[in-house]
Amino acid sequence: MRLSRRGKITLRAVVALILAFIYIPLLVIVVEAFNSSRILKWPPPGFTLSWFGKAFESESAREALLTSIEAGLAAMLIAVVLGTLISLAVGRRSFFGRDSISFLVVLPIALPGIVTGVALSNTFTQVLGVSLSLMTVIIGHATFCIVVVYNNVVARLRRTSGSFEEASADLGADPWQTFRWVTFPALRSALGAGALLAFALSFDEIIVTNFTIGAGEETLPIWIYHNLFRPKELPVVPAVAVILIVLSIIPVYLAHRLSSDDAGLTPGRGAAAGDGSTAGPATIAETEAAAAH
Amino acid sequence: MATDAVVVKRSAGRRLAGFFSGRPRLQIGSLLAAPMAWLVILYLGSLVVLLITAFWTVDPLSGTVIKELSWDNFKELVNIPVYREIIWRTVRTAILVTLTDAIIAFPIAFFMAKVAGRKTKALLVVAVLMPLWASYLVKIIAWRAILAEHGVLNWALEPIGLHGPGAGTASVWLTMSYLWLPYMILPIFAGLERIPDSLIAASEDLGAHPFTTFRKVILPLAFPAVVAGSIFTFSLTLGDYLAPKLVSNEQFIGTSIFDSITNNQPFAAAFALVPIVIVIAYLGVARKLGAFEHV
Amino acid sequence: MRRHKGSPARTAWFVVAGLVAFMLVLAGCGGGGSSSGSSGGGGGGGGEELQKLGKGEGELNLISWAGYVEEEWVKPFEAESGCKVNDKVAGTSDEMVKLMETGQYDGVSASGNATARLWAAHEVAPVNVALVPNYKTVFPDLKNQVYNTFEGQPYGIPHGRGANLLMWNKNDVKPAPTSWEVTLNPEVASKYKGHITQYDDPMSIAEGAVYLMEHEPKLGIEDPYELNEEQFNATVELMKEQKPNVGEYWSSAEQQIEGFANGSNQVGTTWQYQYFALKGEKEPVAASPASQGFLPKEGATGWSDTWMISAKAKHPNCMYMWMNYIISPKANAEVAEYFGEAPAQEKACEETKNPNFCKEYHAEEPAFWKRVWYWRTPLAECSEGGETDCMDYNDWVRAWTEIKG
Repeated sequence: MRLSRRGKITLRAVVALILAFIYIPLLVIVVEAFNSSRILKWPPPGFTLSWFGKAFESESAREALLTSIEAGLAAMLIAVVLGTLISLAVGRRSFFGRDSISFLVVLPIALPGIVTGVALSNTFTQVLGVSLSLMTVIIGHATFCIVVVYNNVVARLRRTSGSFEEASADLGADPWQTFRWVTFPALRSALGAGALLAFALSFDEIIVTNFTIGAGEETLPIWIYHNLFRPKELPVVPAVAVILIVLSIIPVYLAHRLSSDDAGLTPGRGAAAGDGSTAGPATIAETEAAAAH
Repeated sequence: MATDAVVVKRSAGRRLAGFFSGRPRLQIGSLLAAPMAWLVILYLGSLVVLLITAFWTVDPLSGTVIKELSWDNFKELVNIPVYREIIWRTVRTAILVTLTDAIIAFPIAFFMAKVAGRKTKALLVVAVLMPLWASYLVKIIAWRAILAEHGVLNWALEPIGLHGPGAGTASVWLTMSYLWLPYMILPIFAGLERIPDSLIAASEDLGAHPFTTFRKVILPLAFPAVVAGSIFTFSLTLGDYLAPKLVSNEQFIGTSIFDSITNNQPFAAAFALVPIVIVIAYLGVARKLGAFEHV
Repeated sequence: MRRHKGSPARTAWFVVAGLVAFMLVLAGCGGGGSSSGSSGGGGGGGGEELQKLGKGEGELNLISWAGYVEEEWVKPFEAESGCKVNDKVAGTSDEMVKLMETGQYDGVSASGNATARLWAAHEVAPVNVALVPNYKTVFPDLKNQVYNTFEGQPYGIPHGRGANLLMWNKNDVKPAPTSWEVTLNPEVASKYKGHITQYDDPMSIAEGAVYLMEHEPKLGIEDPYELNEEQFNATVELMKEQKPNVGEYWSSAEQQIEGFANGSNQVGTTWQYQYFALKGEKEPVAASPASQGFLPKEGATGWSDTWMISAKAKHPNCMYMWMNYIISPKANAEVAEYFGEAPAQEKACEETKNPNFCKEYHAEEPAFWKRVWYWRTPLAECSEGGETDCMDYNDWVRAWTEIKG
C-alpha cells in the first residue's frame, strides 16, 4: 500500500509502541530471573545466577518437563489423526450437517477451559469411573487440539485442487495409493504446522490439565503453579520461564522450516496466497492464529 | 509369485475403491466415525452430564451430591444479585478486552501484511509469536509485578506524578488484553494477507484517499478475520480465573465457578452453563459474519 | 462456507436430545460407588480402624498444605519405610475435601474446617492411636478436640497449629495497631483503602465475629463458628463494609509475601510463616508484640491441622507409618520450622534448629491458644446436641461470595 511519508512514520511509531507493550512484561520476567532476593521486588536489590542453578538441578522440574512433552506428543498424535479424518471428510465434499461439524470442532477451544475441564473430569470420575491420570489429561488436550489440525488441513484442501486426486484414480491408483502419493504430499506441511501447534497448545495448557490430572503427576505448567504457592522457591519460576523462552527457538525454527518447505512443495500455494514470497510467515501466522488459546 | 501378490493386493484395493466410489455417504461415514465418536460422545456427552449435574444439589455438611432434580441452583443464580453482578462484570471486561485487542492488533497486523518488507515481515511474525511460548502463568506473574504498588508501572510513572490502577477490574482488563493480544494479531494479519494488493492499488489508482481505501476496501474484507480473533479474546476472557485471582480483588465468572467447584459442584455446573450459552450465541453470530473461514 | 438445505440445527437438537437420554442412564448407573451408603442418616466416618500394623505397601498418596510434605523430611521417610510418597498440594480446605472424594489418596493434612466434613461424608477412617507411638507425647491440649475427635473416637493425628496474626508495614501503618479495628472498623480501615489484605476463605467471616464479640457485646456471640442468623448477618455486614478497603483477598502465603514486599499490602491477616519470611528478608513488617500476648486485643482465629486417613486408603500401613513419622520429634520440628507453625509434638521443641523456636511460636503455652479460635466447620446444630438455628457452612460460603461482590 502506498502511504505518505508521514503516514509511514506514524505507523512505524505505533508498531514500535505495540512491540514495547508485548515485550516489556517478558523483560520484567528476565530481570526477575536474575533477582538476588527470594521475593520478586522491583527494582531488584541485586543480581544472581543461582536461580538458574536451582532450576537446572530441580529434579521435579525436569520430570514435569518430560511429562509435558509426553502429554503434548500423545495429544498431538490423536489430534492429527482425528483432525485429518474430519478435514478429509469435510474438505472436498458437501453434505448434510457439514456446518454442524465445523461448529462442533471449534467448540472445545471456544468454550472456557474451566468448563471443558470440569465437564471432562466429572465424566471421567463420576460417569465412567476412571481415575484421573496422565491419560485423562491427554484425552482432554487432544479434544481441544483437533481444531488446530483440522483448520490447517481443511484450509489446504480448499486451496489445492481435487483434480490431482481424480487424475491419480483415473491412472489406476487405489485410494490408499492416491492418499500416500498425491493427497499426503500436498498436506504434509499443513499437517506439520497443525501438529506443532497442537503440541504448543498442550504444552502451555494449565486449566483443563488442573482438572484432569491424577494424583502425584505434574506437567510443567502445573509445576509452575505449584511453585507459585510453595514456600521459598518463587524466583525459580522466572528462571524456568526464561529457559523455556530460550528453548522455544526450537519450535519457532521448526515452524520456519515447515513454512519454507511449504513454499517449495505445494503446487498452487503461492498463487493462492497472492504472493509466493510471503507464503512463509503467512502460513505460520494462519496456523498460530488457528491455535489461539 | 511376487507379482501375483501385488496383483492380488492391488485388485483388493480396487475392489475397495469400487465399493466406496459409488457410495459417498459411506465414504464420509467411515472418515467421520472415529472423530465424531470422540467429539460427540466424549465431549458433547460430558457437557450434557454437566447440564444434568446442574440440577442436583449437595448436602450442606459433607458436600455429598444429592442426585435429585431441582431448580435450586438456577434459582440461586437468578435471585442473588451478586451473581448477576459477576456475570455482567465479566462480560463487560470480555467486550473491553476484545475491543482493546482489535484496536491494538490492527495497526501492527496491517504493517506486517501490507507495508513491511519481506524480511521485516518474517521477523515481526516471530516477534509476535514468541510470547506465546513464554508460560501463560509466568506472564500473569509478570503483570502482578508490574501492577504492584511498588511495581514497575508505578516506578515508571512516579517521576511524572501518575499512579497505576491498583488491584481491580482495570488490572484484569490490562492483563487479559496483554495475554490474548497475539490471538487477535495473527488472524487479522492472515486476513489482510489474503486481500490482493491489486485491489488496494485499484482503489488508489481510482483516486481514493488512503483513509477511504482503508474504510471502503480493507476494513470490510478484514472484518471477518477480526471477528475470528474476537472469538478467542472474548471467550478466553470469559472463563479465565487465574488472572483475576492474581491481579485483582474482584470476582469473575471463572473465579466463581472455580471457588464453588470444590464445595458445591452442582452449583458450579449451573454457573458453567452461563459462559456456555454466551459463547454458543457468540459463535452463532461469528459464523453468520463469516468468521469461521478465518479461525 | 457453502450453505445447505435442511436444518443442521434440528439435527443438532436430535443429537443432543439423544445424548441427554443416554447420559441420564449412564449417570444413573455410574458413580454409585461413591454415594452409596453415604446418604444414610446420622453418624460419620467410614471403614474400620487398623488393628495391627503390617508391612508397608511401597507407596503413599497424600494431600497436604504447601510446605508440609517436602523433600528434606520425605526422603528419610521413604528410605526408612519403603513407601514412595506422592504429594498433591491443595490451596484451600474445600479443595482438600474435593480431592479426598476421589478416593485416590491415602491421607490428608486437614484443618479444622475440613475434618468434620470429611467425617460426615464418610471419607475418613478412625485412627487406632495405639499404632502411632509418637502420639503419646503430643501436646495434651491438641488431643480429643471437637475438630479431630468424633463420637469419642480419634479421627486423626495432630500435626501443628498456628494463629492468624495481624501484620502491618511499619512505614505505612502508624501508630502500631492493637486491634482488628485497623482492618474491620470502616472509619479506621479507610485510611489504608486498597491496601488491606484478607484471607480468601469463608473462614474470614469468623474473624469478623471475633471482632464483634468484643465490640458488639449486645449480639451475644460466644463462639465465632456458632452464629445465629442475627449474629451472622451483622458479621457479614461488617465484612461487606470492609470490601471497598481490601486490596487483595490472598489465597496463598507466597502471594501475600509478594504483596507486602512490593507495597500493595500494608495491613491484614497473616500466618506466622509470612511474618517470619518477610522479617527474614528485612522487610519493615510488624505483628502484635509480646506485651499484647502476640495477638490483637480481641484474640484471633487460627488453625490446628490433623493428618487423617482415608476410609478407602489403598496403602493404610504406609499411612500409619507416615502419621507416626510426621509427629516424630525430628520430622515434626523440621516441618514446623519450614512452614512456620507450632509443632504438635512436645519433644520437637528439643530438635528445632532455632533453639527459641517453640517459644516464638508459643507451642508450649496453652494460655496463648485459649485466645485462638481454631477454624471449624460451621454447622446448623450450634454445639453438639445444642440448638439448630445456627448458619451452616453453605450459608458461610454463599455469604463469602456476596461479601467479595
